[in-house]
Amino acid sequence: MSTATKVRTLTMAEAVSEGISQEMERDNRVFVMGEDIGKYGGIFSATTGLLDKFGPDRIMDTPISETGFMGTAIGAAAEGLRPISELMFVDFFGVCFDQIYNHLAKNTYMSGGNVKLPVVITTGIGGGYNDAAQHSQCLYATFAHMPGLKVVVPSNAYDAKGLMIQAIRDDNPVVFMYHKGIMGLSWMSYFEGSTNEVPAEPYTIPFGQAKVVREGKDLTIVTLSQMVQKSLLAADTLAAEGIDVEIVDLRTLVPLDKETVLRSVGKTGRVLIADEDYLSFGVSGEIAAIIAEQLNHLQLKAPVRRLAVPDVPIPFSRPLEQFAIPQVDSIADAVRALMQLNLD
Amino acid sequence: MDPTSEQLLWMYEKMVEIREYEETMAKVYLEGKLPPKIQKGLAFDIGAGPVPGEMHLAAGQEPVAVGVCAHLRREDTVVGAHRPHHFAIAKDVDLLAMTSEMFGKENGLGKGKGGHMHLFDPAVKFSCSGIVGAGAPQACGAALAAKKLGKDWVAVSFFGEGAANQGSFHEALNLASLWKLPVIFVCEDNKYGISVEKSASTAIASNADRAAGYGMPGVLVDKNDAVAVFAAAGEAVARARRGEGPTLIEVKTDRYLGHFQGDPETYRPKNEAQHLRENDPINVLGAQLRERGELDDAKDAALRSTVSVRVQAAYEHARNSPYPAPEDALLHVFAD
Repeated sequence: MSTATKVRTLTMAEAVSEGISQEMERDNRVFVMGEDIGKYGGIFSATTGLLDKFGPDRIMDTPISETGFMGTAIGAAAEGLRPISELMFVDFFGVCFDQIYNHLAKNTYMSGGNVKLPVVITTGIGGGYNDAAQHSQCLYATFAHMPGLKVVVPSNAYDAKGLMIQAIRDDNPVVFMYHKGIMGLSWMSYFEGSTNEVPAEPYTIPFGQAKVVREGKDLTIVTLSQMVQKSLLAADTLAAEGIDVEIVDLRTLVPLDKETVLRSVGKTGRVLIADEDYLSFGVSGEIAAIIAEQLNHLQLKAPVRRLAVPDVPIPFSRPLEQFAIPQVDSIADAVRALMQLNLD
Repeated sequence: MDPTSEQLLWMYEKMVEIREYEETMAKVYLEGKLPPKIQKGLAFDIGAGPVPGEMHLAAGQEPVAVGVCAHLRREDTVVGAHRPHHFAIAKDVDLLAMTSEMFGKENGLGKGKGGHMHLFDPAVKFSCSGIVGAGAPQACGAALAAKKLGKDWVAVSFFGEGAANQGSFHEALNLASLWKLPVIFVCEDNKYGISVEKSASTAIASNADRAAGYGMPGVLVDKNDAVAVFAAAGEAVARARRGEGPTLIEVKTDRYLGHFQGDPETYRPKNEAQHLRENDPINVLGAQLRERGELDDAKDAALRSTVSVRVQAAYEHARNSPYPAPEDALLHVFAD
């Protein structure tokens, strides 16, 4: 019999669900509620198998009533429970954002720290499968913009499990945003790099620790979520052309690991921010500003460049959507162009 | 359900306390806000004085708070609205810390970060929100927690009649009934949503009728009377504790003051508030207590004096407490 541990890979959906399951076993205050999270197992399979394991008292299907159940999560958390509340598509936050940004995000502050709201909101983000403007957004910058919410945006199964367990154990509200196109669903093509080795035992990944997922010397791509997988593919193509790209996966937006970004940019001197959210007033602008504020400490070889959705709603038609959302080829093109730019 | 003498006296004393608190606040609030000590040309300066910001007072609405809270225990949850003081006092929120909060002081309930619409006292399970209708789903959450923990605790959501047209109200009622949650929804119909009369905002006369749409009892208390509220709330709280689910109660109550202090009240018939005061619920309950032999002039004077000392001490405490350090604004975005 071999003593070597068999490598076990999971899809990101399986990893999320396993993380939730293990925390529910450990802590009976944890429960899940949301639309179609019971028998259906979550539209994006984040709760597959949990109903059979934990029953309907802890895996609670809700009416299509997001204000109702988001507010319920807040009220239950204030009493010491630890709800996981699924928003299905992030695009739906418009029907319940008052509960999220005026209450979940602010009650700890307005109570001078006397109220703790350990709620995890899970939600599917992203496009790439022609679901149009109301079902394809990322919007993580909107949540990160509001003080009081931690924002987690994983790019792969290993990170997703560790970050989910960390999220559930956090005493603060956490918005856990999984890109549909890296969940490894059986009904949507996905980037296979997101399915990776996941330890069977529970583990945590601290928030605010970005990860250099590819080391390189010529240029840094700062990115997150599915765009990490796209950037890795672009980097392979670019390597064959002699361009050595470093990729920083932010993993969490709040808290944000500025140091890792600055260290990498300081090393390569060139930075592209690749983002699937809208271009203006978002993650790409924030990262650019953080770099700009440190220009007395680091030397850039070229101007900062940003690649993001060019301030249009996500269009339906395939060629339109592929134009609006940055793709592997457009990342590679942007890197090539940036390698030609010099500050002096 | 008839109140005991002890319960009647408790309601009376709390109503006196709430009234004194609100009338004191109405005066203190104006300090520093009026000409000539403000910017030239202004009639009023909302951000000036020892208690800055908006101020929504509940004088006249005391019966709703005391009639319901007379049935509550410390472990029961109350979620109030933007006009929260009467609920807070009836739920035994720490009066000193609550008042300090309204003055923006460091020893306030929220260390000066919340103000009068955002009072949180976890020790007595009280919270409130400045967003109309937002508290109803949160009360469902507290009730769900009680159910999950196997306790007979209840949760009360207080809101105004204006909130009953918010989606959050309807979503909360549906959820509470669907899951048989121990919640009591209490709608204070003070006739106005800021300036808009109920008849111009609400498609039906009584919000209590809306309960039928969610399969729960709906009770209309059609007078601003503590004993009448007590009776309706007693049934509702007992039903919730028995695990039989939620109840919606609407109480016709009276708002003596403006929507907020400084409200010119041009939408209101002249002398309306004065007429309302002729049937003051504190006097009504006082008369009942006298009939029962539970109150006389001497006892009333003693009670009012005790209450006054308590309320005025809270204001003095708040006034004399230090402000937080400015940079404390950076603390408490997240729990430690």
